[in-house]
Amino acid sequence: MNPAPTLRRAAIALAAVVLLSGAAAAPGDRLGDPAQEARARALFRDVRCLVCQSESIDESDADLAQDLRQLIRQQIAAGRTDAQIRGFLVSRYGQFVLLAPKPSLGNAILWAGPLLVVAAGAAALIARRRLPRESAPLSSQEEDALGKYCGDDQV
Amino acid sequence: MIDELGQFALVLALALSFGQCALSVAGRVRRDAALAGAGEGAALGAFAAIVVGFGALIHAFVTSDFSVLNVAANSHTAKPLIYKVAGAWGSHEGSILLWCLMLTGYGAAMAASRRLPFGLKASAVATQGALGVLFIGYMVFASNPLARIDPASIPVQGDSLNPLLQDPALAGHPPFLYAGYVGLSVVFSLSTAALIEGRVDPAWARWIRPWALAAWGLLTVGITLGSYWAYYELGWGGWWAWDPVENASFMPWLMATALLHSAAVTEKRGALASWTVLLGLGAFGLSMMGAFLVRSGVLTSVHAFAIDPRRGLLLLGVLGVALGGALALYAWRAPALRDEAAFMAVSREGALFLNNILLAAATATVLIGTLLPLIRSAIDGVPISVGAPYFNLTFTALVAPALVVLPAGPLLAWKRGDLSGALRRLIGAAAAALAAAVATLALVSPGSVLAAAGIGLGAWVIAGALAEAAERVRLFRAPWPEVARRVSGLPRGAWGMTLAHVGIGVFALGAAFETAWRAEATEALAPGQSMRLAGFQLRLERVQEAFGPNYEAGRAIVRVADPAGRLVCEAAPERRVYAVNGQALSHVAICPRGLDDVYIVAGDARAAPSGAGVLIRGYWNPWVRLVFAGPLLMAAGGLLSLSDRRLRFAITSRVRAAAAPAPAE
Repeated sequence: MNPAPTLRRAAIALAAVVLLSGAAAAPGDRLGDPAQEARARALFRDVRCLVCQSESIDESDADLAQDLRQLIRQQIAAGRTDAQIRGFLVSRYGQFVLLAPKPSLGNAILWAGPLLVVAAGAAALIARRRLPRESAPLSSQEEDALGKYCGDDQV
Repeated sequence: MIDELGQFALVLALALSFGQCALSVAGRVRRDAALAGAGEGAALGAFAAIVVGFGALIHAFVTSDFSVLNVAANSHTAKPLIYKVAGAWGSHEGSILLWCLMLTGYGAAMAASRRLPFGLKASAVATQGALGVLFIGYMVFASNPLARIDPASIPVQGDSLNPLLQDPALAGHPPFLYAGYVGLSVVFSLSTAALIEGRVDPAWARWIRPWALAAWGLLTVGITLGSYWAYYELGWGGWWAWDPVENASFMPWLMATALLHSAAVTEKRGALASWTVLLGLGAFGLSMMGAFLVRSGVLTSVHAFAIDPRRGLLLLGVLGVALGGALALYAWRAPALRDEAAFMAVSREGALFLNNILLAAATATVLIGTLLPLIRSAIDGVPISVGAPYFNLTFTALVAPALVVLPAGPLLAWKRGDLSGALRRLIGAAAAALAAAVATLALVSPGSVLAAAGIGLGAWVIAGALAEAAERVRLFRAPWPEVARRVSGLPRGAWGMTLAHVGIGVFALGAAFETAWRAEATEALAPGQSMRLAGFQLRLERVQEAFGPNYEAGRAIVRVADPAGRLVCEAAPERRVYAVNGQALSHVAICPRGLDDVYIVAGDARAAPSGAGVLIRGYWNPWVRLVFAGPLLMAAGGLLSLSDRRLRFAITSRVRAAAAPAPAE
């Protein structure tokens, strides 16, 4: 039997439920003080929604994200600093909760890696500049190459 | 029957790829043109066979043949035709088949090319054949896209494709992306061939250029389509999230960009030869790594698809053999490459080299940031997250200097440049950039120094690129007929470069402006109520039911009025419920207004202060169109370069031009 008609009816019913039933309103969650709310939003962007796929709690609709947002708003309202709140989140959920990992020995490569590439490149550029301006006489291989460049190349 | 024919064709393609590799190797070793020609014929045959297999899969999807496992799992009779076709590459198996189609297609194009010299061509066709054996072998033995279901359990209806993926931009996104990823395989094969032949010279750099340009342009379009899809389909109002899967597509692009610039040095001056070869290997290496990361399930991502850890391990093996083999060859052969053309730090080469250092470091940032969470959890079991805050900081810090240097590069002479002369010619561009930054600070509130700097940087890059073009045609300095002659006489490659540089500047403008001044508002509205969003008034007129081909929707009609009270548009965001699996998704409504978007999402039903209502989320995304237009301009620049006649006509004149003492352009 084709299950589609049943599903179709169920979906219509679901759509009606989704559009008409009342639920907790997100706008009511906001902090009264716009400056505090802005701080909360900035923090949300740095905190991972632990049950989602690499999303911050600022973006996610998941229940856990909602809980974490409320938790952070409460702590801000209670006068905690950003650093205190981050520390609290890490003590509760581990480093995984922060989207920008704290600098540590294990994470040093995050910053050292790109810097090493820049340093290596700079070193190569300096070394190249010191090369003798006049190079050795042409080898026979190079003479061949020169001949090719000068027009008798059949390819 | 057609299905079995397709399966047979795929096995045949594996055999032909093997033949392509073996015959080309034999032809190269014995310097036998007939053998090598047979290898090229096998390359054409392998492509034809994959086309047959691909056609069989498309046929199965279009006719909804649910006796094919892939179709049963990923299609549905109620799906519009275009998404049935697109469904063919929406699964693990199908996407690998698309990959193989591209791989053999590029192989056939290379085999048919008459430009390459015998040894290099035979080695490259052999390498492309070896890649074909790896990937087609993986497909045939572990990922058969045409496998049948046990006849006893053939379903009446398919399991559909994720409704999120039923979208025109996303239907086109994978083909472009794959054409880009896999286009880099030709550069990989030619780089490997150069190592085997032991010669990297300006002619070689000229040969890889069309392939690198085409792959880079297609990749640019593919990534932009993906970003645009994420922007308007996922309903979060953003266009880039530094998600691991986005990063996986971005890394090959960054490296291909570095490659285009480094190959220019090799082509014009014979320098940086071994570095260009390394980039050629690395760019496709990162493409393969992306293919593995996305499908293996080792990453957590909103975009991860077709995940299968067991086969992921096999794909890792394929990646290890291909990239490991190539890098071992590089370690062995690269030191023998002659690469000693000297140049001063202040020169065109120096500027391009600096660009390469910064792009390499930017690639390293993205690579390390994407992989470190995996590595840490494997080594010491400490799960960490590396997300947008890290990438935004490090990536911007590395790319901003590259943009600062960019306009000066094309104005410097090869070998030994005149920095003060170049800067003198950029005074106008610097003034424009400063004016843009100051105007931004003065006119846009709330003020943001960082954003103003970004705007100034974008203006600097655009004005600098235009100043360089004006310099080339001697605008305002020569009589008009002379200017016109120069405009038409300049190689298209030069115009392509200008267009691509303007494109990155346009992107920088859009990215800086949008990031700094995007606004957001969320309210639960009952019909008749309104809310404010960055000066706009959004009024919910009514909520109605709507019906699509395979979904039912609740549609909110939102009237958007600008600050002066004039109607901007009537937006109709929807909350769709798909009949097949009951999945509910937001369908975003976007009101474009010049360069800006008013972006509206209808959420769940919520209690509004005056009774039942709908949660309406609005985003004001100023200049966001530039974020998408910039990359498309870059791709257009690539296309223009590709049409340069120097890439198509007589080889001797091209090589002579390349070997001539640095012409003052």
